[in-house]
Amino acid sequence: MKKRELKAAFKVSIPVMMGYIVLGFAFGLLLVSFNYPWYIALLMSIFIYAGALQFLAIGFFNAKVGLVDIAIASIFVNIRQSFYGLSVLKKFKKTKKLKPYLIFALTDETYGLLTTIKEDPQINHKYYYFYLSLLNQSYWVLGTILGAIFGSFVDFNTKGLDFSLTALFVVLAIEQYKTNKNYIPFLIATITSIIALIFIPPSNMLIFSMICSLIALLIFKKNLESKNV
Amino acid sequence: MSDIYLAIIVMTLANFFTRVFPFLFFTHKEPSETLKYIGKYFPPTIMTILIFYTLANVDFTTTPYGTKEILSIFITAFLHIRFNNYLVSIICGTLFYMLLLQYL
Repeated sequence: MKKRELKAAFKVSIPVMMGYIVLGFAFGLLLVSFNYPWYIALLMSIFIYAGALQFLAIGFFNAKVGLVDIAIASIFVNIRQSFYGLSVLKKFKKTKKLKPYLIFALTDETYGLLTTIKEDPQINHKYYYFYLSLLNQSYWVLGTILGAIFGSFVDFNTKGLDFSLTALFVVLAIEQYKTNKNYIPFLIATITSIIALIFIPPSNMLIFSMICSLIALLIFKKNLESKNV
Repeated sequence: MSDIYLAIIVMTLANFFTRVFPFLFFTHKEPSETLKYIGKYFPPTIMTILIFYTLANVDFTTTPYGTKEILSIFITAFLHIRFNNYLVSIICGTLFYMLLLQYL
């Protein structure tokens, strides 16, 4: 146990604590509101550990979406994470045995902290990264358990609670707009989604719109890039 | 139930794949221009599609024509642009929608 590293990591993780406990709680609550057992929520928060995907998964379970579709959708939904790793390649270079966990636990928020917080040169970075990642996941798991237990024992009208998923994506879309202020990706997505909503059954709508949007993005590559100079 | 366990395994692997991807392929070389381009513009597309996807079961052809959902989305977006706090936006947006749905 490296006390100094744990203390430093805890201090930095406090803003994430609040967010993860509340969102984890909402996830646990939503999952049990569809009559799934509490431990399914727990398993998901331990092994998947990806907020947006876990919320979406509830819909996949309900609609009995096929495994191949789930795999493709999961990769597309979290494809942004593939680009996080690029900026922490160096940081993680000397982390040895801890590296697999650090990669596994690289969520939006952990990535945000790792890349923005100034590090104390006195501490052992490897353990600092590890504690930070582990603390963040423990908040997520704690929130999930609390939500799932609360939902299992307290009976209240949860009708409309699934809007939390819509709200989550509204927030994430706005955040995406802030990082590169270009409306064309949003326009492409809106057009393909509306076409899909009208012509494609809901179970295939997601994959259809994602693939069409990817093709459209590649077709309009020149136009999009020239706008951003 | 066993379908759910399988689905959890698939999502665990797929999600880990997206996180480990750069460590597998780009430790020694830079990603291509096209890949960087996708990394920049695909995520906003995905988030927008997901908003629509969560509304896939809403009936826009009969009253109230999805107005409750659309109104709640605007409230959520407004709160987020105004206060820039994702917990405030998500919690208030959801509560607003639940109130509309349950009491109107």
